[in-house]
Amino acid sequence: MATEEMEQLVRREYTQGFVTDIESETVPPGLDESVIAFISQKKGEPEWMLEWRLDAYHQWLKMKEPSWAHLNYPPIDYQAISYFSAPKKPEDRPQSLDEVDPKLLETYEKLGIPLHERAALAGVAVDAVFDSVSVTTTFKEKLGEAGVIFCSISEAIRDYPELIKQYLGTVVPKADNYFAALNSAVFTDGSFVYVPEGVTCPMELSTYFRINAANTGQFERTLIICDKQAQVSYLEGCTAPMRDENQLHAAVVELVALEDAYIKYSTVQNWYPGDEQGRGGIYNFVTKRADCRGDRSKVSWTQVETGSAITWKYPSCVLRGKDSVGEFYSVAVTNGRQQADTGTKMIHIGEGTKSTIVSKGIAAGNSDQAYRGLVKIGPRAKGARNFTQCDSLLIGDRCGAHTFPYQEIGNSSATVEHEATTSKIGEDQLFYCRQRGISEEDAVNMIVNGFCKDVFQELPMEFAVEAEALLNVTLEGAVG
Amino acid sequence: MLEVKDLHVTVEGKEILKGLNLTVNPGEVHAIMGPNGAGKSTLSAVIAGNEGYEVTSGSITFEGQDVLEMEIEERAQAGLLLGFQYPVEIPGVKNVYLLKAALNAQREARGEGEMPAPEFMKLVREKMAFMKMDPSFLQRAVNEGFSGGEKKRNEILQMLVLQPKLAMLDEIDSGLDIDAMKVVAEGVNSLRDAERAILMVTHYQRLLEYIEPDYVHVLVDGRIVKSGDKHLAQELESRGYEWVTEESAA
Repeated sequence: MATEEMEQLVRREYTQGFVTDIESETVPPGLDESVIAFISQKKGEPEWMLEWRLDAYHQWLKMKEPSWAHLNYPPIDYQAISYFSAPKKPEDRPQSLDEVDPKLLETYEKLGIPLHERAALAGVAVDAVFDSVSVTTTFKEKLGEAGVIFCSISEAIRDYPELIKQYLGTVVPKADNYFAALNSAVFTDGSFVYVPEGVTCPMELSTYFRINAANTGQFERTLIICDKQAQVSYLEGCTAPMRDENQLHAAVVELVALEDAYIKYSTVQNWYPGDEQGRGGIYNFVTKRADCRGDRSKVSWTQVETGSAITWKYPSCVLRGKDSVGEFYSVAVTNGRQQADTGTKMIHIGEGTKSTIVSKGIAAGNSDQAYRGLVKIGPRAKGARNFTQCDSLLIGDRCGAHTFPYQEIGNSSATVEHEATTSKIGEDQLFYCRQRGISEEDAVNMIVNGFCKDVFQELPMEFAVEAEALLNVTLEGAVG
Repeated sequence: MLEVKDLHVTVEGKEILKGLNLTVNPGEVHAIMGPNGAGKSTLSAVIAGNEGYEVTSGSITFEGQDVLEMEIEERAQAGLLLGFQYPVEIPGVKNVYLLKAALNAQREARGEGEMPAPEFMKLVREKMAFMKMDPSFLQRAVNEGFSGGEKKRNEILQMLVLQPKLAMLDEIDSGLDIDAMKVVAEGVNSLRDAERAILMVTHYQRLLEYIEPDYVHVLVDGRIVKSGDKHLAQELESRGYEWVTEESAA
């Protein structure tokens, strides 16, 4: 089979490109102190929060956009972005599904997220974010009984100021990087989770994000705190409608794990990647970091990234506690003109800390992706161990995959292993499968899914099925 | 069953098959022999649908269907299966998964439903025992890290599970020791019945001691220059190919 045909096979149209007609209350484009004050006021925030935001804003003004990533995109005009958009009547927020705008429910239907069914059937509490405001939260009562707090970050700022003051910005400081500083200044919504000591969260927590209003940046802020001996599994999934302008997304996710706590954070990301020329896709510049503060604490990041025009993302673990564990399992698929620079950072500080990195990159079309990983072993991290495996799979011959592993070893007792492979879906592999009666499309899916198995098995069951389906859709093409 | 008429095939502008004719009927076992570079493997590859070859003229029909008009997978679904000389490795895809996907794709094409998992596992285990393969093999990635002998056994295992109408075997004996060859030959022989046919491509007569052909064809320079029964193979073994070439030129 000719390479051209193979590339046709992996081309597909974004199946979730539609725009819901809901009026948004949007501030005019541009960013200054008054816009930040507007956001803070809209959210009904206390004075200290506004000051926090303004401090971040002032630091952001002094910073420069990073340029070290293996990415290529036109300069972003931050004054052309509108920083707040909410469904029209924020003060009349629906209290139950019955009160939710039917059009919004329809949107979820189209996305394949029948909220009520899904929540009821799967026992998943869904804090659905539509643009910037949480629309509805289910299963609050059940969580309440267990003492688990799961709400929007805005509610948390109002209702749990002590927890916010204690933890917000302690994992990702306000001025950590350019995009994190911007987020700190203008974040509009996101989730907050607190699992108290000794509690295993009774259900998987899930949030679906969806960017809707045109030209509106989305700045989510998520903070998850797992107290001593507590456990939680959190699922994040994203889709976005088709739009012409590039949409900036700069989220910040902070995870705090205290002694013996375990946080599992899974992401399936399927944002609009742009048309065949790469126009109109989402720019996804995210800062995700976990702080394993307590001894024997553990954080596991699992991500399946298929969307976005540009992805800049390195979910990281700071392994501070003695014998704490960090894991990173990632599948990144790029197609068309997508670009992705993603990976992880494992910072070993405490004694006996362990980390595992498994990264699977699949590049098709004209896409380009890079794995960038840092393993840093500090002087006090005696007996620290890391195992890294990153594999790339190329489909066609116009795509690229690059690996940038960085290691900083400050301790001779550490063990660091790194394995990397690059392979290509060969025409001979496809011929072999088809000669057994398997269609071309199924053969590609089979080969790609086989390649990703190690990561998919880390996902919660329900998500794994979704991820496999998503991969198949992503690589779906003109065949048949 | 299979009718190849005046087949001309080129690879990168070079003509490999130059007017090949061949008829295979149900129940028959045919062996194609010939010197290196005569076009033996080209014939089975073209029938299977390998796109690296260009058919410039001639025809191939299988049970009345125009094979050259069919997609690769349609040919397999129709019952044309090729056992590869060099089976490719597919990392991460388990053998059991490939077998299941292939079997169900073929069943679906025939309008049968998927085979229930317990029934499928029973079938596969039985065939593996016959091929003297360890059950752990099912969980290994397709051909990855397999020895030459394991790869060839795997090809025959697939045949036993998929039950093709016409099994084509491309140099299935290459790289096999005598014990492995016996197992492979037993596997192939178990496929023989009145409805099925086998087309073997081989360089050596050795294989034909274990899988007795009904017909032996000598392929030289892109054409079948001589056909006979199994005794022809023995004659080739002792006299080489040259006399056939000379005879056909005369």
